[in-house]
Amino acid sequence: MLKQIEGSHGVSEAVALCRPEVICAYPITPQTHIVEDLGALVKSGKLENCEYINVESEFAALSVGIGSSAAGARTYTATASQGMLFMAEAVYNASGLGLPIVMTVGNRSIGAPINIWNDQSDSMSMRDAGWIQLFVEDNQQAVDIHIQAFKIAETLSLPVMVCMDGFILTHAIEGINVPDQKQVDKFLPSFVPRQILDPENPISIGAMVGPEAFTEVRYLAHQKQKEALKLIPKINEDFKQIFGRDSGGLISTFNVDDADTVIVTLGSVIGTIQEALDEQDENIGALTIRSFRPFPLKAIRSALKNVKRVVVFEKCFAVGIGGIVANNVRMALSGTNIEVYEVIGGLGGRPITRKSLHKLFKDAVKDNLEVVTFLDLKKDVVERELKREKELIQSGSVAENVLRDGGVVSAAKTT
Amino acid sequence: MSHQQVKFYQTGTLTVGNRLLDAEQRTVQATIDRSNSLDSGHRACQGCGEALGARYAIDTAMRETNNKVIAANATGCLEVFTTPYPETSWTLPWIHSLFGNAPAIGTGIAAAMKVKGREDIRVIAQGGDGGTTDIGFGCLSGMFERNDDVLYICYDNQGYMNTGVQRSSATPGGARTATTMPVGPEPGAEFDKGKNVPLIAMAHEIPYVATASIDRLHDLEAKVKKAMSFRGARYIQIFVPCPLGWGSAPAQTVNLARLAVESGIWPLFEGEYGEITSVTNIRKQVPVEEYLKPQRRFAHVVKNPEQLSAVQAIADRNIRKFSLLEEQE
Amino acid sequence: MFQVRIHGRGGQGVVSAAEILSVAAFIEGKHSQAIPSFGSERMGAPVVSFCRIDDKPIRLREPIMEPDALIVQDPTLFNAIDVFAGLSKNGYLLINSKRSIEELGIANAIYLPEDKVRLVPATEIALHHIKRPLPNAVLLGALAAVTGVIQIDSVAEAIASKFPGKIGDFNIQAAEAAYKLLTHNNQEELTC
Repeated sequence: MLKQIEGSHGVSEAVALCRPEVICAYPITPQTHIVEDLGALVKSGKLENCEYINVESEFAALSVGIGSSAAGARTYTATASQGMLFMAEAVYNASGLGLPIVMTVGNRSIGAPINIWNDQSDSMSMRDAGWIQLFVEDNQQAVDIHIQAFKIAETLSLPVMVCMDGFILTHAIEGINVPDQKQVDKFLPSFVPRQILDPENPISIGAMVGPEAFTEVRYLAHQKQKEALKLIPKINEDFKQIFGRDSGGLISTFNVDDADTVIVTLGSVIGTIQEALDEQDENIGALTIRSFRPFPLKAIRSALKNVKRVVVFEKCFAVGIGGIVANNVRMALSGTNIEVYEVIGGLGGRPITRKSLHKLFKDAVKDNLEVVTFLDLKKDVVERELKREKELIQSGSVAENVLRDGGVVSAAKTT
Repeated sequence: MSHQQVKFYQTGTLTVGNRLLDAEQRTVQATIDRSNSLDSGHRACQGCGEALGARYAIDTAMRETNNKVIAANATGCLEVFTTPYPETSWTLPWIHSLFGNAPAIGTGIAAAMKVKGREDIRVIAQGGDGGTTDIGFGCLSGMFERNDDVLYICYDNQGYMNTGVQRSSATPGGARTATTMPVGPEPGAEFDKGKNVPLIAMAHEIPYVATASIDRLHDLEAKVKKAMSFRGARYIQIFVPCPLGWGSAPAQTVNLARLAVESGIWPLFEGEYGEITSVTNIRKQVPVEEYLKPQRRFAHVVKNPEQLSAVQAIADRNIRKFSLLEEQE
Repeated sequence: MFQVRIHGRGGQGVVSAAEILSVAAFIEGKHSQAIPSFGSERMGAPVVSFCRIDDKPIRLREPIMEPDALIVQDPTLFNAIDVFAGLSKNGYLLINSKRSIEELGIANAIYLPEDKVRLVPATEIALHHIKRPLPNAVLLGALAAVTGVIQIDSVAEAIASKFPGKIGDFNIQAAEAAYKLLTHNNQEELTC
């Protein structure tokens, strides 16, 4: 049914439709509305046969999830930012143990400095932990991909993170088609665990593995993600059959067939990018990575094979090197002559505007870009701080200096 | 069934057997059909107190539940010596996740059992003192506060033994560990630190809290049995000497556990919903020196009158606080 | 696409306003997108919200830089923020105030024809109908009257869906009162 609702609310409805059995909740901006909604659904009885547990930290949240999933219950949790790091040990543990937990990440930056707004640093910090990482472009996909996520997770016996831009998607209210229970039940059968803690058939889970076997166990984890490269598009096809929408798969493309230049990105920024691309005349297309882990090397290489240059636009970066996504894209394009530019934007919630994108596009097609560009960087502020640090040993806190330099909020010109 | 009064004074031997008792009053350990939840083949040190404590406790719980227990184990000696890949010595369903999250894993398993309508399957979460009083403390308190239906058992050998004998918040004043070495007149572990988790558990007012010791099997089993009769959060801390970490002879493990109780160092009590319901009397008080002498970790203390008095003062305080010498009905 | 930017202070229902507006458009079968401002919304702090309305799916997610309609729920904001930034030359401006533009001291900041600028005593209307100084629904009624981008009936239905019961009813009354007032004003001008 088509509804005009907040992204978070769409997610909670989608999760509820998947008949989760255990939900563990620890609140952190911007995921709070999701866990609050789910709590209300359980309390009101609308979501039946579900234990909703208020835990004392994110570490506890995912740990409770590990326990319940290992005991055979379909399990869900959500986090963001600092919370992701607080549960980091459990994140690796969940994938190492092969537990099909589904977790929403309301993408938010990681401090210091503390910042509650959107970027993708949190998901990226766990990119190598062995979880499947799916990024959604809008709230319809957010709903659809959560449903696909449970199926992917349980088929592979691997946990899945559904990543959605904090505030931009979680708090946006837009038209979302929420599926009905019958459709979801048809698509997602009950959870049949690959391993289960059961007194009838006792097993030990989580033993120490020494040098003689650790490599093989880890290799198999790698293989499983590669298997996911085939499974994710298949499940998307199955989803399309029942729900009529193409919400998932590994990548999506926009005007790449004849393009010389392609912008590669993830998440909600593609909406603004498409608008901006439609407003200009250059031969530029866009590619959105929907599955970041496993990383679709072949699909990306194939989609971009005739392109001259690629601009990877990401809301995160590897301090000291440059783009994270860009590096992965370079791997996909290795051996080709395609120029790869790394653009880092939207950090800490900085808006990405058509105006900035137009300038970026113009520079890109002329190859007038540095290898690494920070979009909309306030160069004068940065230069002043660097100068200050050179001149003073006790130059103060960088964050505070930059904020002070930014000045007070500008007032309307009333005279 | 008649109640057979047998008083036995175990002089000279440390037998915990009970051949003099009627069959129904014998311990679980004395029965052939005990589950051996922690089966032979594990790799514990000779004389490991924890291996005893874990087997005693889990076997009792299995008896009480008709063999329907799932265990969650923290990282530590118990986890390591029971599951050397590719073997396991656990005969019940068992999971090891991380060092600090065993209580939360227990919470998750209990929630799954509830939602599946299988609350007949009970959950035990367990770990050593390191995983319980320190790194797992947040999760433990969370589990207590929610009153999740989990029995948490802490095997307390007063240090991080698995990683080479380092200090935990359960390490007593004066003890030598790798991170609290006695130097000159300075004690090993400092005296004004440490955490009493059984009392903290009492402060959470959970249904059942108890301390136990591997020196008295009947008492330990009775406490686990009592714990299993409650629903909600329960906590038992079992005193388990570690010959390697304590520098004591493996054959002395059970004796040391007894001396800890009889000196007042390790008070045995039970509590329900925040109030103490029973205390075990010290039958014949021994000076702490007798308990400390067989342990090389206290060699420094025994030679230092000031530190020895400090340890005696702790024991005396326990005796006073828990009324361990008063006549019980 | 029609873009509305709403300025106010925390506690004045700025975020709800954008949501209700988006629901009103949805009720009319349009595509709409409401985005709250992402500031730390303490009571009294300046907040902004955005609403886009279009006949086709909305892909754009940047903050509204060039609003077609600007609603200012709190006139004390003029000295705090540049609320007029980007206001389209063909745009509408609705301000919650009993006073005139000159009295508010913003005459030099606005470059819109008079019929596109409306001062609405929204707080007073709200106090009268809702008994609380919440001007958001009132200003939506005014927006319907002045721009026609949504119908007053849709606004009413949207308010009812978000605030069922008496609160909803009072807000609807307040919105309709503003709608009548501004439509009446329109008509008066036409006959001049």
